[in-house]
Amino acid sequence: MRGSLYNAIFAAGITLVLACLMLGVRLGAEGTTLAVTGAGADRWGWILAGVGVVFFGQLFANQVDALFGRIPKPNLSALKPQGSSWNTLKPWLLSALVVGLLVWPFMVSRGAVDLATLTLIYIMLGLGLNIVVGLAGLLDLGYVAFYAVGAYTYALLSEYFGFSFWMCLPIAALLAATFGFILGFPVLRLRGDYLAIVTLGFGEMIRILLNNWTSITGGPNGISGIEKPTLFGLEFSRRASEGNQTFHEFFGIDYSSGHKVIFLYLIAVLLVIIVIYLINRLMRMPIGRAWEALREDEIACRSLGLNRTVIKLSAFTLGASTAGFAGCFFAARQGFISPESFIFIESAIILAIVVLGGMGSQIGVILAAIVMTILPELAREFSDYRMLMFGLLMVVMMRWRPEGLVPMKRPHLELK
Amino acid sequence: MTEASLYLLQQIINGLTIGSTYALIAIGYTMVYGIIGMINFAHGEIYMIGSYVSFIVITGLLAMGSFALPLVLFIALLVAMLIASTYGWTVERVAYRPLRGSNRLIALISAIGMSIFLQNYVALAQGSRDVALAPLISGSVLELGSLDTFEVTLSWMQLLIWVVTLVTMTSLTLFISRSRMGRACRACAEDLGMTNLLGIDTNRIISLTFVIGAALAAIAGLLLGLYYGVINPFIGFMAGLKAFTAAVLGGIGSIPGAMLGGLILGVTEALTAAYFPSEYKDVVAFGLLVTILLFRPTGILGKPEVEKV
Amino acid sequence: MSQLLLDVNELTMRFGGLLAVNAVNLKVRNRQIVSIIGPNGAGKTTVFNCLSGFYIPTDGSVLFNGDQLAGLKDFQISRKGLVRTFQHVRLFSKMTVIENMLVAQHRHLNTNLFAGMFKTPSYRRLEQEAMDRAIYWLEEVDLLQHANREAGYLAYGQQRKLEIARCMSTQPELLLLDEPAAGLNPFETKELDQLIIRLRDEHEISVLLIEHDMGLVMGISDHIYVIAQGTPLADGTPDEVKQNPDVIKAYLGES
Repeated sequence: MRGSLYNAIFAAGITLVLACLMLGVRLGAEGTTLAVTGAGADRWGWILAGVGVVFFGQLFANQVDALFGRIPKPNLSALKPQGSSWNTLKPWLLSALVVGLLVWPFMVSRGAVDLATLTLIYIMLGLGLNIVVGLAGLLDLGYVAFYAVGAYTYALLSEYFGFSFWMCLPIAALLAATFGFILGFPVLRLRGDYLAIVTLGFGEMIRILLNNWTSITGGPNGISGIEKPTLFGLEFSRRASEGNQTFHEFFGIDYSSGHKVIFLYLIAVLLVIIVIYLINRLMRMPIGRAWEALREDEIACRSLGLNRTVIKLSAFTLGASTAGFAGCFFAARQGFISPESFIFIESAIILAIVVLGGMGSQIGVILAAIVMTILPELAREFSDYRMLMFGLLMVVMMRWRPEGLVPMKRPHLELK
Repeated sequence: MTEASLYLLQQIINGLTIGSTYALIAIGYTMVYGIIGMINFAHGEIYMIGSYVSFIVITGLLAMGSFALPLVLFIALLVAMLIASTYGWTVERVAYRPLRGSNRLIALISAIGMSIFLQNYVALAQGSRDVALAPLISGSVLELGSLDTFEVTLSWMQLLIWVVTLVTMTSLTLFISRSRMGRACRACAEDLGMTNLLGIDTNRIISLTFVIGAALAAIAGLLLGLYYGVINPFIGFMAGLKAFTAAVLGGIGSIPGAMLGGLILGVTEALTAAYFPSEYKDVVAFGLLVTILLFRPTGILGKPEVEKV
Repeated sequence: MSQLLLDVNELTMRFGGLLAVNAVNLKVRNRQIVSIIGPNGAGKTTVFNCLSGFYIPTDGSVLFNGDQLAGLKDFQISRKGLVRTFQHVRLFSKMTVIENMLVAQHRHLNTNLFAGMFKTPSYRRLEQEAMDRAIYWLEEVDLLQHANREAGYLAYGQQRKLEIARCMSTQPELLLLDEPAAGLNPFETKELDQLIIRLRDEHEISVLLIEHDMGLVMGISDHIYVIAQGTPLADGTPDEVKQNPDVIKAYLGES
C-alpha cells in the first residue's frame, strides 16, 4: 500500500538510520588520536530535512509519482527533421558544421579550445567503446587499458626512439588492437557480468603494471616531456630544437602559445572525423550487422553460420584500436602521462557516455560526451560533488530513460 | 623446522586470516548472484560503510570511558551490522528492484553508479583521507620457532578473526540449511519464478539476501578495520573485486564455494606477496579469476551448466 | 532411390545420469519432408541440438552428404548447409526484417574490411546478390512490405515465417524446423503447410521437422519418426505410423 502513514514512518526511520552515524557524526583525528564529534548543526539540519522529505514523499507517494510522470522524457530524435528536404539539406549542414568547427577556435579563448579538445578525446573514446558495448553488446569495463596502451606507446617510442607523433598514431592503434586481441581470447565464452568483471580486472592489471614497472614506464611518476606533434616538421614552440624550425618563424608571425592549442584542437577534429567516418562505414558493412546480431541473439547467430569468436574479437580489437588512437593523442596533448590518468573511473565515465548517449547511436554518444565533459566545467562550484552527481546520474538515468538520449535508429535500406 | 618452512607457515596463517574475511564479503556476492543473477557492484561499498560505522562506534564508546573492550567491540559489531544491512536493503530497493526485468547492462550501470555514489558520499561525509585507529588487540597467542631463525606468530587479532568468521559461517550454514527462511532462500536461488508461484514472497527473500550479505560484509569491515588499522572511502573497490573473484573461484551461487574461494585467494595472495614484489599481489587475484573462468567457469564447487537452447 | 542427405545412426545424448536421447536412427533423403513426433519431453529438441552442433553427442554418427557432423561446432554445421529454427522464435528483434535477412547471409558476403571500406566491385556485387536473395525470400513468405520494420514488431505468425525465410536465404540443403506451427492459428498453419511443401518441391531442399500438430504432420510428411522418452518408438509413412499400436499407446495411453 503506497501512501500509508506506516510506510512514511518506516521510510523516514530508514533514512534516519542511514544518516545518523554516517552523516551525523564526524570521525576525525584530534591530535594523534581518533575522535568522534557531532557533525554540527548544519549537517543535522540537512539530515532532518532529508528525513522530512522522505516522510512526506512516502505519505503522498501517489501524488509525487503523478508529478514525476508528467515530466516529459527527452525525445531528441524527434527534434531531427524528416523528409526529403532534410536529405538534400543534410550535406550542406554537415559541411557548414565542419567549417564551423575549423573556424571557431580562432574566435574564442584558449581555455574554450582546450576544453573542446578534451571533449573530442572523449568523443573518440565513446565511439570506440560504442563498438564493443553499444553495437556488439560486450560489457567492457576495462576500456581504459587500451587508452593507456596508446598513450604509453607514444610516450615511450618518442622518448627512446624519437618516433614522431604521426608515426606513432598507427602504431599505437595497432598495439592497442593487439592488446584487445589478447584480452578478447579468454573472455570470448564469458557471460555478460563475468565479462564485465574480467575486463575490469584486466584494466586494473594494466594500471598496476604501469605503476610498478618503474624502469620502463616511470612508475607512479609517469613519463614527462613528451614531444608535441609537429606540422610537417614545424614545431609549435617558442624556440625550435636543434635542426628544426618553429611554426611562427616559418610563417613570419609572432609567437603565441595559442597556436599550439589550436593546432592540437585541429588534429583532434581530424582524428574524430576519421573515426566517425570509419565506424560509420563499419556499421553498414557485414561486420557491423554481425556485431548487432551478436548483441541481439548469439545463439541465432551461431545457427546461421556466424563465427562468434571472429565477430567478438573484431569488436574488441577495433574498439581497442580507437582507444589507442585517442591515447596517443592524449599523451601528445598533455606532454605528461601517469597511471593516475588511467584508473577505473575513466572506464566508468566512458561507459556512461555510451549508455547515456544511447547504445549504438553515434550521435547519441557524441552528444553524451559533450554533456559529460562540459557540464562539470559549467558547474564549477559543485566540483566536490561532481563524482557524487555522476553516480547518482547513472542510477537515475537507468530508471528514467535507459535507452539513452538518442536511441539508435535502424537504417532504412533501399530495396533494389 | 627450517626457517623457510616457518616463513611459509606464517604466510599461510596470514593468508587464511585475510582469506576468511574475503569469504565473508564473497558470500554476499554469491548469494545475490545466485538469487537474481546480478553482480552487486556496490557490495564492496557496504563493506566499507561497515568498517566506518565500526570505527565510529568504537571510538565513541572508548571515549565515553567505562566500557570493557569486548563489550565495545560487540556493540560496534551489532551497530555496524544493523546500519550496513540498512544500506544494503536500501540499495536493493532504490537501485535494483525497479530494474528487475531489464537487461543486464542496465542493471550493471545502475550498480556501478550506486557504487560510485556511495564512495563519494562517504568521502564527502567523512573526508576522503585515511582514518587510522590505534591497535586495540595486540600480542600473540602462540609463537613457534625462535628469535634466531624465524618466529611464527599467531596474533590475538588473527585468532579473533578466525573465531568470528568460523562462528558466522557456521551460523549462516545452519540458517540456510535448517530454517524455513533458509529453505526459502535456497528455493529462490533454484527457481525464482516457481518459488513465486508457490506463494512465497520472493521480494522479501531477495531483500533478506541483501541484508544478510550486508551484515556479513559489515563483520568483515570491523575485523579488517581492526586488523589493518586504517580505512578510507575507497577500500571497497579492491576488496569487492577480490571478494567477487573468491566467489567465482569457489563457484558462484555456492556459499561453501565462497568460503573456500576466499581462503584460497587469501593464501595465494599472501604467498605471492611473500615471494614476489608485494605490489603484484593484487594482480594475482585477477590472474586467478581469468584462469578459473577459462578452465572451469562454474568454479570449484559449482555445477557444470548445460546451455539451454 | 534418391540420395541419402542425412544419415543418423545410434545418436545418443547423456547429461550426467540422464539419458536424453537413446540410440536414435534417422534418414532423410533429397527432396523429402520428414517429421519427428512424440510426447512432450521426448528429447526431440535435444536431437535437433545434437544434429545442429549445439550439443556434442555422447555417441553415434551424423553423416550429412557423407560428412561426419558429430563433433563439429554449431556454426560450422550451418555452413555445411544444415540450418535450424528454434522452439521460441529467435529473431534479431531490434534489427529490421531486411537486416535480419542480410545478416543471415554473412558467410556469402565479402567480409574483408578493406573491401568493405573501399566498396570494391566484388564487395558490391556480393552485397547486391544478398539483397536480391533477401527480397526474393521475403516475397516468398509475403513479408516484403515489412522489410524496414523492426523484426520485433511483427506478429507472431509473421515472425515464424521470417525465421524460415532467414534460414532459406543461407541456401541450405536441409532445414530443421522445431515446432514451426506452435502458436499459429489454423489459417497460418495452412500457409506454413504450403510453404514447406513449396520448399521441397520448388526449392529442392529437404525439411526435417518436429511437430505436435498432427494434421500438419500427417498431411505433408513423406516419412515420420516417433520418439518417446528419447528412444525410437516407430517409423514409417504417415499411414503406417497412424496405425502402429505402440504409437497409439504412447499418445493415448493404455485403454
